[in-house]
Amino acid sequence: MHELSIAMSIVDLACEEAESHSALGVDVVYLKLGPLSGVVKEALLFSYEIACQQTPLEGSKLLIEEVPIVVNCPVCRERRSVQSIQSLCCAICGTPTPEILEGRELMVTAMELRK
Amino acid sequence: MNPEPRLVEVRKNVLKQNDVLARALRERFREAGVLAISLVSSPGSGKTAFLERTLTLLHTRYKVAALVGDLATENDAARLARSQAPVKQIITGTVCHLEAAMVQNALDGWNLRDLDFLFIENVGNLVCPSSYDLGEDLRFVLLSVTEGEDKPLKYPTIFNSADVAVITKSDLAAAVEFDETLARRNIQAVRPGMQVLKLSARTGEGMPVFVKFLEKRRLRSRSTHAVGT
Repeated sequence: MHELSIAMSIVDLACEEAESHSALGVDVVYLKLGPLSGVVKEALLFSYEIACQQTPLEGSKLLIEEVPIVVNCPVCRERRSVQSIQSLCCAICGTPTPEILEGRELMVTAMELRK
Repeated sequence: MNPEPRLVEVRKNVLKQNDVLARALRERFREAGVLAISLVSSPGSGKTAFLERTLTLLHTRYKVAALVGDLATENDAARLARSQAPVKQIITGTVCHLEAAMVQNALDGWNLRDLDFLFIENVGNLVCPSSYDLGEDLRFVLLSVTEGEDKPLKYPTIFNSADVAVITKSDLAAAVEFDETLARRNIQAVRPGMQVLKLSARTGEGMPVFVKFLEKRRLRSRSTHAVGT
């Protein structure tokens, strides 16, 4: 389980951002999470609370938006979703699609600050 | 009075520090002309035996070195040192994966220009290493025949993060009734087009093909670099 160290990275990043905006506090951290990031949502939420303790982020909320895998289907020549993470085939035509466009995200997209 | 809440856009990768270090490492490897290969797998799938055999085979013709990650012991480094190649152990303590910073620190004092191949053995773990780029040119994921054919379906993320799959302990395949066709199908399902090699570090079966593969990749990455400069 590496979610605690990921959570600590999120806290570091968010603290830096809050400071750069001269914020007095942080209410919410918004995170985009892809299924291929290797990070489990529940474990991350649990770890986040621990990572926030005794930091300026204590009491803040982590809002996770889970985003799907998006591939570039070589047959449809379109952005497509896949059948599943166990079957990286175009959801429309069934072609195996190695070219992944989205799904690896582990990104802080926004924050709600008090200032 | 409570201050007004305000929404600000951020858009920053959580692992940006690791990504920046990994990019710098990749650039260092390229400039030095060394091919960096990392190995990931579950514990006990034969990473160290495979690496020992590889180092021994390459050592006579190339300059090779290895970094090995482990939670607590230096056993792997001691085993690999028998190959005569320089080996450094990275003890991660409670951390269940290698990060780019650990690789960078471990390389301290090594002149990469003296090397042709650098191997990085990750901690035995099929989950956490998938999140961390180490700057390697190629990531090999190992699947031993004794683990079962459905490992790729259970751990799709790590298979997806790797470039090549290696089926290890092929000498035991018959004894455990390993269904190679099914294993290959599962690998292709989670990583379409992935190259698959099959070998046994114990008997040496498949090792020459693997060594040829490495030699070819090294030549290719060097010539790509030559064109780029």
